[in-house]
Amino acid sequence: MTAAQLGFYGCLICHYVTECAPGTTDMRCRRCGALLHRRKPNSIGRTWALLLTGYLLYIPANVLPVMHTGSLFSTQSDTIMSGIVYLWTSGSWYLAAVVFIASIFVPAAKLAVLTFLVISVQRRSTWGPLDRTKMYRVVEFIGRWSMLDIFVVTILVALVRLQSLATISVGLGAVAFGAVVVLTMVAAGQFDPRLIWDPQADAHSFRDNTHGHS
Amino acid sequence: MDVSELIVCPDCDCLQRRVPLPLGGAARCSRCDALLYRSCRNGTQKTLAYTVTALFLFLIANSYPIAGIEVQGNRQAASLYDAVSLLWQEGHIEVAVLVGLTTLITPIIQIGLVLFLLVPLQFNHLVQGVAPVLRILETVRPWSMMEVFFLGVLVSLFKLEQLAHVEVGIALWAFAAMIPILIAVGMTFEPDEIWEKVRMLS
Repeated sequence: MTAAQLGFYGCLICHYVTECAPGTTDMRCRRCGALLHRRKPNSIGRTWALLLTGYLLYIPANVLPVMHTGSLFSTQSDTIMSGIVYLWTSGSWYLAAVVFIASIFVPAAKLAVLTFLVISVQRRSTWGPLDRTKMYRVVEFIGRWSMLDIFVVTILVALVRLQSLATISVGLGAVAFGAVVVLTMVAAGQFDPRLIWDPQADAHSFRDNTHGHS
Repeated sequence: MDVSELIVCPDCDCLQRRVPLPLGGAARCSRCDALLYRSCRNGTQKTLAYTVTALFLFLIANSYPIAGIEVQGNRQAASLYDAVSLLWQEGHIEVAVLVGLTTLITPIIQIGLVLFLLVPLQFNHLVQGVAPVLRILETVRPWSMMEVFFLGVLVSLFKLEQLAHVEVGIALWAFAAMIPILIAVGMTFEPDEIWEKVRMLS
């Protein structure tokens, strides 16, 4: 049985359980005073809004250069993909793989998985709740790793300034890319995995009622 | 019913009875396998020890350059703070704020607040504001990205290696040492144990 059906609220901050009378609004955790909600408020709407903004910014993040390299003779602009291609062709295929996974694969996978999860919840799907919960945990866990490219650019800029050799500066793509990372992380935080299990719980209680046992 | 014997899974809302754990054990949700709570011998003491270590490593990591490069006898080194302030000066405020928040401000908030909670508790003094402090810690947790930053430094140094002679700074070693320590802090930190101590002291 879910806590919500039985009138118990689990605090998401301190995990203390608070019992509440039906119809109470504005519940607070008895132990830590955090606001309690049956489910995160407006979880689906907020996740959608953040995801759509993420999709929009995913385009400039990949099309615009994240880094400009200038030397006495030439200037060069690198997008995330061209940076990976450069690593690959210069022989560091393992680094190219790391950057590809962190910067291209992870953000795309995050957007796709979160979209799938929100849609499945909206359709009240009962398919594989455990699998979907695990997908959510993976998304939450790997999200931070896409910050990799931002840190790479930061260090390159700091170390190659004022050199006669070259100057490196941050491109607009990096700003868009950072925004995608932040937006998808916040989106994952706004999504409520308990919604995945709600259709399950409703179906079970319906079956329990019809068979006359609990 | 005594609610302190119950636990609600944060991931699937399954209501379950708390069970006593063997030391070093972890309780997982019976329905969705989420980690519910852990039991660790002297958990808060370990957290405190690791956090003090992390504080020292953090200070070292931010007092020395991460790396330097040498081109035609021209040497240059930068610390994390240099890197962030340079981004700021060049007008990339968004990127500077993002990097500063995830590598400087969030880790120092985490270290500071854990010390604020655990040092008085270690000497059996009751602290004020346990609830807001734990709430802040929970909120900032995803935004501390030291391990990602460390990987980013490694990637950028490999890239620079092809252009110039790279010298690794002391800070890089401090960052490297800090990562397992911060993971240990996360694994031993158990808010339930803190609440239990607070309840016994008050």
